[in-house]
Amino acid sequence: MRRNRTPLGARVAAYAGLAFMHFPVLIILLYAFTTEDRTYQFPPPGLTLHWFDIAFSRSDMWAALRLSVAVATAATLGALMLGTLAAFALARGSFRGKQTLTLLFAMPIALPGIITGIALLSAIKLARLDPGYWTIVAGHATFCIVIVHNNVIARLRRIPASWIEASMDLGADGLQTFRHVLLPQVGTALLAGGMLAFALSFDEIIVTIFTSGHEKTLPIWFFSELFRPRDRPVTNVVAVMVIAVTLVPIVLAYYLTRPKEERS
Amino acid sequence: MNATATVLPSMGGPLRGLSTFFYRRSTLYLFLLLVPPLLWLGTVYLGTLFALLMQSFYSIDEFTAQIVRKPTLATYKALVTQPANLDIVFRTMSMAVCVTIASAIIAFPIANYMVRYASSRAKAVFYVAVLVPMWTSYLVKVYAWRLILAKEGILSWFFHAIGADALLEAILQAPGIGGPSVASSYLGMFIVFVYMWLPYMILPIAAALERVPGSLIQASADLGARPATTFRTVIFPLAMPGLAAGSIFTFSLTLGDYIIPSIVGAPGYFIGMMVYQQQGTAGNIPLAAAFSVVPIVLIALYLAFVKRLGAFDAL
Repeated sequence: MRRNRTPLGARVAAYAGLAFMHFPVLIILLYAFTTEDRTYQFPPPGLTLHWFDIAFSRSDMWAALRLSVAVATAATLGALMLGTLAAFALARGSFRGKQTLTLLFAMPIALPGIITGIALLSAIKLARLDPGYWTIVAGHATFCIVIVHNNVIARLRRIPASWIEASMDLGADGLQTFRHVLLPQVGTALLAGGMLAFALSFDEIIVTIFTSGHEKTLPIWFFSELFRPRDRPVTNVVAVMVIAVTLVPIVLAYYLTRPKEERS
Repeated sequence: MNATATVLPSMGGPLRGLSTFFYRRSTLYLFLLLVPPLLWLGTVYLGTLFALLMQSFYSIDEFTAQIVRKPTLATYKALVTQPANLDIVFRTMSMAVCVTIASAIIAFPIANYMVRYASSRAKAVFYVAVLVPMWTSYLVKVYAWRLILAKEGILSWFFHAIGADALLEAILQAPGIGGPSVASSYLGMFIVFVYMWLPYMILPIAAALERVPGSLIQASADLGARPATTFRTVIFPLAMPGLAAGSIFTFSLTLGDYIIPSIVGAPGYFIGMMVYQQQGTAGNIPLAAAFSVVPIVLIALYLAFVKRLGAFDAL
């Protein structure tokens, strides 16, 4: 690659594109501190921390936050169990129907969320259930399973089969091999998958709107606040909070799952 | 692996017996592993999808507003014969196509630079820089754009600062894309869609470009092609599968989205909004189900089309 002769146009276009991708989030960070509370005026007339106070005193926001955390925790735990089982089953070997199963494990993420959402809602209504905490968890757990499964199976496929054979040659049985050879290796993948699932469940709104009934998770609270002009900057503050809560686990998960060769 | 080898006790205990039992019956082991997740996905996911499909064949009684549970094609008929519904489908599809084309145009230079010209350190930075917006909360991103595009927001300020107020007014008056403010116009929606799906487009293109051997490009130059010709005849066709793979995401994500049209939107309905509205106040779940079958069919068709372009190898 002729790095010293990079066309200027290519470089400008690339960096401009990157700037385009990042500046909206920086704008939100800026607006969380604005003193103007009724419009989206730019440039902000002044900067203040006042809205953080107001945001933290909103009890409805805290209730929504608690619900989001509860849902995300339950969904992640369920997904960790089910996703890992599936990953161990599908990592190696081939059997009839494996292609179909792989497709099945890709569908919750491949199909638009609205389809999952309306499908769940129509099933809930057919079964004459009440949408609530458990229906939300059910919806989230479904795509969380896929996320955990993807993470664990990627890691399992990177473990050389020779390790397992060597372990057995040295006298370990399946359970011991699992405990002493496989588990330490997939440990970080499990952690990463769990954190990713937590963050995505925390941020989920498309499916949640259908399955939540009267409950309000934080994204739903946020969405309903958008249509009410009261306390506009509080939404900005909560937005900053949401960024922090969801971005940090995902970044950590990314760094945990990069292959060792890249970590230099 | 630790340096001090652990000598595991070779127990003949029940656990080892259990382990050997499963080792010998690998199919049973596989089966036991798969039953819990499959049970879950089967009922919660496939089962509900099937229930949705079933519901689309039911209809709603106009007088009692109750769902009539008898198989009928009436709902589908209502879907395809009412011009308002066809409008919605057409509107959503054209937005999806425009968004796909625009994201491809913006994503390609970024992926191109990232793969072919950036130093390895810059490349790592670029990858993370592309991933971070993808990982940022969806709602927050949409909300940020509403701030930017709002009447008193940054976009207006920018146009004012460069003295192009009249240009902004002209755009807002334009039929089809304009509106009372950019934040409630198709143009605004278009910009937000492109923004949201950009990372999904950049990554497959970058992956496809990575697979282009440098020797091919050098050979092309050796044979006398200028960089533009090399790009047109060698690099771009090889990157096509990546473009096709990325377009799957932009197309299907735009088709199904209902949040963005409601936050940054013009009055016209999109498929997703229709689905949401029909199941909500109208309680017309059969129609909502029928409407949601449309994206499934469109995406399936698009996948079949894009498979011929080699997208599946580039995923």
